Amino acid sequence: MTKLFVDGVEVEVPAGSSVLQACEVAGREIPRFCYHERLSVAGNCRMCLVEVEKAPKPVASCAYPVAEGMKVFTDTPMVRNARRNVMEFLLINHPLDCPICDQGGECDLQDQAVAYGKDGSRFLEQKRAVKDKYVGPLIKTIMNRCIHCTRCIRFATEVAGVPELGATGRGENMEVGTYVEKALTTELAGNLIDLCPVGALTSRPYAFVSRPWELRKTDSVDVLDAVGAAIRIDTRGPEVLRILPRTNEDVNEEWLGDRSRFSFDGLKRKRLDRPWIRRDGKLVAASWPEAFAAIAEKLKPLSGDRIGAVAGDLVDAESVVALKDLMAGLGSENLDCRQDGAALDASRREFYVFGSGIAGIDDADALVIIGSNPRTEAPVLNARIRKRWLAGKFPVGFVGPAGIDLTYPVTALGEGPSAIADAAAILKDAKHPMVLVGRGALARPDGAAVAAAAWALLRGAEGLRADWNGFCVLHQFGGQVGALDLGFVPGPQGRSLGGMLGGGVDALWLLGADGFDPALIGPETFVIYQGHHGDRAASRADVILPGAAYTEKEATYVNTEGRVQRGRAAVAPPGEAREDWRILRAFSAVLGTPLPYDTIEAVRARMAAVNPVFGSGFLTAACSDPAGPAGDPAALGDAPFVPPIPVYWQADCISRASATMAECARVIPPAMAAE
Amino acid sequence: MALADRDRIFTNLYGTQPWNLADAQKRGDWDGTAAIMAKGRDWIVEEMKQSGLRGRGGAGFPTGLKWSFMPKERPADGRPVYLVINADESEPGTCKDRDILRHDPHKLIEGALLAGMAMGATAGYIYYRGEYFNEGNILQAAIDEAYDAGLLGKNAAGSGYDFELYTHRGAGAYICGEETALLESLEGKKGMPRLKPPFPAAVGLYGCPTTVNNVETIAVVPTILRRGASWFSSFGRPKNSGTKIFCLQGHVNKPCNVEAEMSIPLRELIDRYAGGVRGGWDNLLAVIPGGSSTPMLPKAICDDVLMDFDALRDHKTGLGTAGVIVMDKSTDLIKAIARLAQFYKHESCGQCTPCREGMGWMKRVMDRMTEGRAEVAEIDVLEQVTRQIEGHTICAFADGAVWPIQGLIRHFRPLMEERIADYRTRKLPMAAE
Amino acid sequence: MSEPTEFSFDADSEAKITMILARYPEGKQASAVIPLLYLVQKQMGRLTGSAWLPRVAMDVVADRLGMAPIRVYEVATFYLMFNTKPIGRYHLQVCGTTPCWLRGSDDVLRACKDAGALKGYGDSSADGLFTLTEVECLGGCVNAPVLQVDDDYYEDLDYARTVALIEALKRGERPPIGSSIGRQTSAPEGGPMVLTGAEN
Repeated sequence: MTKLFVDGVEVEVPAGSSVLQACEVAGREIPRFCYHERLSVAGNCRMCLVEVEKAPKPVASCAYPVAEGMKVFTDTPMVRNARRNVMEFLLINHPLDCPICDQGGECDLQDQAVAYGKDGSRFLEQKRAVKDKYVGPLIKTIMNRCIHCTRCIRFATEVAGVPELGATGRGENMEVGTYVEKALTTELAGNLIDLCPVGALTSRPYAFVSRPWELRKTDSVDVLDAVGAAIRIDTRGPEVLRILPRTNEDVNEEWLGDRSRFSFDGLKRKRLDRPWIRRDGKLVAASWPEAFAAIAEKLKPLSGDRIGAVAGDLVDAESVVALKDLMAGLGSENLDCRQDGAALDASRREFYVFGSGIAGIDDADALVIIGSNPRTEAPVLNARIRKRWLAGKFPVGFVGPAGIDLTYPVTALGEGPSAIADAAAILKDAKHPMVLVGRGALARPDGAAVAAAAWALLRGAEGLRADWNGFCVLHQFGGQVGALDLGFVPGPQGRSLGGMLGGGVDALWLLGADGFDPALIGPETFVIYQGHHGDRAASRADVILPGAAYTEKEATYVNTEGRVQRGRAAVAPPGEAREDWRILRAFSAVLGTPLPYDTIEAVRARMAAVNPVFGSGFLTAACSDPAGPAGDPAALGDAPFVPPIPVYWQADCISRASATMAECARVIPPAMAAE
Repeated sequence: MALADRDRIFTNLYGTQPWNLADAQKRGDWDGTAAIMAKGRDWIVEEMKQSGLRGRGGAGFPTGLKWSFMPKERPADGRPVYLVINADESEPGTCKDRDILRHDPHKLIEGALLAGMAMGATAGYIYYRGEYFNEGNILQAAIDEAYDAGLLGKNAAGSGYDFELYTHRGAGAYICGEETALLESLEGKKGMPRLKPPFPAAVGLYGCPTTVNNVETIAVVPTILRRGASWFSSFGRPKNSGTKIFCLQGHVNKPCNVEAEMSIPLRELIDRYAGGVRGGWDNLLAVIPGGSSTPMLPKAICDDVLMDFDALRDHKTGLGTAGVIVMDKSTDLIKAIARLAQFYKHESCGQCTPCREGMGWMKRVMDRMTEGRAEVAEIDVLEQVTRQIEGHTICAFADGAVWPIQGLIRHFRPLMEERIADYRTRKLPMAAE
Repeated sequence: MSEPTEFSFDADSEAKITMILARYPEGKQASAVIPLLYLVQKQMGRLTGSAWLPRVAMDVVADRLGMAPIRVYEVATFYLMFNTKPIGRYHLQVCGTTPCWLRGSDDVLRACKDAGALKGYGDSSADGLFTLTEVECLGGCVNAPVLQVDDDYYEDLDYARTVALIEALKRGERPPIGSSIGRQTSAPEGGPMVLTGAEN
């Protein structure tokens, strides 16, 4: 630790900290543009200048290391002058087009100009004109506004691992861009918009849509991948206008994947906003009582074992527990939440969660990835792996298809499960070995064997301990773990999804389940689709019950590491759509056996009764029992692993309905292929 | 007493003799190199300190002291240690290193070995400016000769010391003369100066301890070590010792490079070696004494100023690279400085806000000042802008860029005001009334 | 001349690449980016008569050195000696910085324009023979004004001698480089005043 004085206040900071960090500890706000705590230090904007005793010139606090006994001054005439001067230089070539700039109202330059700007300009020359650049469908560039802080370049190079942005030319003619007009080949592009301290990089879909002060901001969590990133949903009236990440150090730091950020236009398309009933082969609009009556009529005569229910990937825990209870009332044990057929052993939590926690990646010292492409399954988590790799001494082994660029180098061990055994060499010297098993690696005939083999690999590397659990299952969507936690899997006599298909049941309740081919459902099976999008499953339904999307309901989700989080309703569901657990509760009353909860608190009490994690938010890295999941490690097949999400931008019913995502899917994969 | 030829280090400054090894050895190069090295690195560093040699690249930092910052032991992790020689001679008014590269390369190569050994360097790179293509070819040929003769590489010059020496050609960027920009460039990046600390002696080329020295600094080392620190320090005033190559140019009768003693009066330098000012001393208007970055001096100061670090500093300018740019009374001084402002705008790397934005601002205002198309009050704005830039950037480029303008305003403000008044009379007759 | 669709180093260049890469430590081959870009430019000059850097060649250099292409684009556009657009067979580079300007670089420029049929800086002659560029201080200041033709310095020029030089280039001649008035390099006109051997 180093002791120093900031404006006379003694502070203690870790040795090697920067003066800027020390100033923050002292509660002094230091203006900055280029500095960003998650990026390398550039020191080029010169806004963070402070005075240091005995230093002849003002020093850039972001880049200047602290020293014992140093005296720093952040509010002297020298400092104020320096900041005013730098501000003047930043503004002389800046267009000052705030009235038509989407960054207006949330612009660092605008804010700092209020503090340090002059009321007039002494610059009588022509301002610089810079050609706008094309960097892809998500980011609009207005390069006249660029202040050359290079945050975007550093983010692309360091965090996203796609070194495609640069500053070409030099001096005042230096221009930020890709040099060749091309879409950035990253799943994390949206973060550039947040990082840009001015309006040079703004959101293309949000262009000219709204002003920040017109927005209602609702804190929530993302469900479009299994990371469970903290988000803020910005709405105006009934409309979601944008989604931004919030900081959650343990989960997403401050990043957000593009699918999670930009799919929201899909919330307005292909929505199910009223009940429908199939009559004479055609879906016709219906009222809620009509729809419920149609279902009740069909279900009542059936015995429980002829009824089944499947939970989808984006479902909230409240609706899952309600559906489970409803099915129990109907006498059905035919439940499944594994549309992909993943051989997930739900008997112990360690078998299906990301055991180390996402932040545990920072502590891992060797990693084997099995049958997963974390870049497309969870780009923010992949960036964390990359960050760990950048820190050094982090061997990564990869079992899966060749030719995948994870943005960090891997040792390719083989394409199929037989290579798992070879992975031991990667973990050999690790104190905190990690095995990342993609959910997709388990969704195959030998899935149970893969899980068992992965577990055995880690046990061999002593990675399953009370103080470290390196068995990390990477799920793909925000509803997947919660459903497992609630035991939405076949009961002792129950059928799995496979057993329910092809006529295995006479009535099938699909709760947001559109992740499998509905053609596999038996032609005679009566299908109830409860969900928010008219995606592939809805078109097969006999009755459609319009539910709420994740932005429209108070709901609980569990991310891949088993973290229980609450989503908040930012807008109301469209039309006659309702929160999903309430639909199920209402239907149960129609059956005459009302579910025993009328409030969300009561539902949540029920969830906690089913699994205490919903009461405690329980999350632990401990592995209490080295015994592995069901599955015979010797039964491994030969088939190569196949990445479960072929196109990152279109992976679920919301992103599939998004025009923005469609454009990404059209433009970015070819750009990636050209890399 | 003028410097005698026997006390000149660069005896082939003009290339009147061949540059190659055989002739260089006749001139005394590579004589007893191993014996000097046998005296040890501490002795060499101490001798360099005693000689009073200050870096010849412009900043004038004491050379021996700089070398002493290098780690005494080889890094435990086996990292190499580097000597990097700055031959990116680009300061307007400076062409001294060019003569060393093309006419006396073996002084530089021998100096590299001695300096490299003194700082524990395992290898050296000579970064020469891209435009010195022909000079670089000669240097490379001389290095090849030295390798063939066993003077470089394993057991260099029979000293028992291993030292590799390479050349690296730049590609047209003045900023690469800044030592950390040079290192960036050598690593294959844009020449953008690094933040300091860490300094190159700790984290330099490829992250290894590195010292960057100017060509002339290194090339004088063998002679100093052979003839002794006291010989070298006998020239010039205390703290300004030695001999130095001056580049005498502009409005002199006979422009030339010449090696002279430090602290020589400017007037004597010009009169004795450059045939005097064009039209006589009284036709002198101003002199830029040490390359473009050093503020100009009006004739009155030139009359008796001494050419060394301290005397010029006392007049708010500097010895810099000793590129003496003489301007007679026919010179449009405002345009001369405006052209320098254009140079600096062209060469700013663009990294730091004040420099990137300020260079263009100054250049454009200077262009208007040249015409007189400005307000008198803008002279003050211009002056303030230079102060806002100075000392607010990562490297010293911006400081060097604003000083010429500050010098102009300091000494020739009336000229600028007159130009503005003239313009008003010519272009705005109504306003002038 | 338009952007070619492909580029590969020829045998000449390949031989040099091997030598260049040997100068830098293992894993630091990015250091060779400037030398390799020079090789591209030289090879283009050799094969097409225009020494420039097509984008596809930059990609080849990036691939060879294990660099991201954008890092090569950055270098190629940062350093002034790389021509990212085609140029004429002879690259006339007039030093216009103050030391040369004081000694008549304006005349050199005028001579280039007149004799080379060039409109001004940035222009290439219709016959593809010349491209005219203003460069900053070439470091030949005591021999000002200086005109650099490709890699060679022509010094102590005036209008007439510059015209003569350009006419010679048109005839396919390469006049001897250095001072155009017969000076011994950087020695004063009329011969050295020191180092004359008189003392010995």
